[in-house]
Amino acid sequence: MGDVYILGVDMIKFGRFPEKSVPQLGAQAALMALDDAGLKIQDMEALYCGNLYQASGMVGQRVLHEIGQTGVPVVNCANACATGATAFREAWMAIKAGAYDLVLAVGVEQMGKGLIGGGGAGRTGIPTEGLLGSGTMPTVFAEAGMEHSRKYGTSFEQFAKVSVKNHHHSTLNPKAMYQIETPLEMVMNAEMISYPNTKLMCSVNVDGSAAAVLCSEKKARELGMKRAVRVKASVLTSDPWTDRDLVMPDVNTCTRRAAAKAYEMAGISAKDLDLVELHDCFATAEILHYENLGLCGEGEAGRAIDEGWTALGGRIPVNVSGGLLSKGHPLGATGIANLYEVSTHLRGEAGKRQVPNARFGMTHVIGLGSACAIHVLEKVA
Amino acid sequence: MAEQEAAKGPLPIVPFLKIPAAGSPHLEAQRCKGCGAIFLGERSNCSKCGARDALEAFPLSSRGHLYVYSIVHRSFPGIEVPYISCIVDLEGGGTVKGNLIGIEPDPAKIKMGMPVETVFKIAPRKDAAGSEYLTYYFQPRP
Repeated sequence: MGDVYILGVDMIKFGRFPEKSVPQLGAQAALMALDDAGLKIQDMEALYCGNLYQASGMVGQRVLHEIGQTGVPVVNCANACATGATAFREAWMAIKAGAYDLVLAVGVEQMGKGLIGGGGAGRTGIPTEGLLGSGTMPTVFAEAGMEHSRKYGTSFEQFAKVSVKNHHHSTLNPKAMYQIETPLEMVMNAEMISYPNTKLMCSVNVDGSAAAVLCSEKKARELGMKRAVRVKASVLTSDPWTDRDLVMPDVNTCTRRAAAKAYEMAGISAKDLDLVELHDCFATAEILHYENLGLCGEGEAGRAIDEGWTALGGRIPVNVSGGLLSKGHPLGATGIANLYEVSTHLRGEAGKRQVPNARFGMTHVIGLGSACAIHVLEKVA
Repeated sequence: MAEQEAAKGPLPIVPFLKIPAAGSPHLEAQRCKGCGAIFLGERSNCSKCGARDALEAFPLSSRGHLYVYSIVHRSFPGIEVPYISCIVDLEGGGTVKGNLIGIEPDPAKIKMGMPVETVFKIAPRKDAAGSEYLTYYFQPRP
């Protein structure tokens, strides 16, 4: 059984496009990925499409209505913030199974503005938000971050530094929603949303799409491997039962399990990674995932951000794209956008933000509910 | 269609808040007889070990310790901010989320691990029929 390769991959510049439909946004990235691979929609044997907010809306088929109704199998995926990565993984699996040689994966989302989570009424008569704590995402991830503070003394300032770093990285990424520097005082003095997450420590709600053309080893050899990227590991986990999970979503355990499997599948360790795109939905989350992914030792994440280990030029650059915090977080597109970023570095095409001589890269997303997807990519040539 | 009438007494804000006819209100959990896992609210099967029909109800303690918190400054229209959202580990098992009251929403004042207790009050919101709801809060205890 051969490996699976990314032959083409791209994303649109993230932003706000209320005048476009979701399928139109998805079609844009699909065409860009096909062009990147030098292939046509007629070459694709199946489409896996990730979209969350129109999960019942047959978005994958409607993307083909925009770019070519070839009649191939289409599967629509929804898996919270792991939606795009799940679509990509289903495409990977179909090729692994030998069913196809060339498959298209698309992730797309159109977001509103404002808070996510916590808005619904409970099972009884009145809304519980603000009476029984808060279920908004900034609060949930603030509480997850405070668990790290409780254990290791991680400070508000250390969490804020994550945002300074990722916003800085995004100044080097023309496809990021924002390209602005946000010094530490600016991050810490921004509107407090849910302590310790200020507004600049929350991911940006944007519209976006990203797509990838995956292919079998046989086909990659036939078409040429020059810009191909090898998928070394693809892992998906759900949330195992943990003590506080009912009231405090545990983003750590399913990430740790996925990471352990991914390293095993790829036959590498965290030390071999040259860059990581991880799920910085909030600044607090990035700190947790340094340890969850084994990028530093237990309790070392605060030191890692203080000493620049995860900045571009550091020992393991994290979120050089600007991350969800500044590139933006269109839920269903994020997973494939992360794969685009890592692939671009492995191809040596990342311009000013290029991680030199990158050979292995990891992508990580986690959606509450919960689903965690990790991919490890390897440079071919 | 007849208009809904307000309930006579306060209703529980969540199903795991119990208001007995005699005695004081309390929170109730379910414990798996097989593996000991604790759940809020009624359920048929244990999601830790998969045991079927093996759950028994027990009253949660009103005493516990603050595990973690966040101070919420931005919420939805009509929700008063700031307030403290917190996660509390109760004595004898069970973890519950709620609002922490009786202390300033200031990180310098709130200590993770501090002892807290459950208090029950009428919620400041009514439903469309005008019914009152009994809710729970956490507050520091000596």
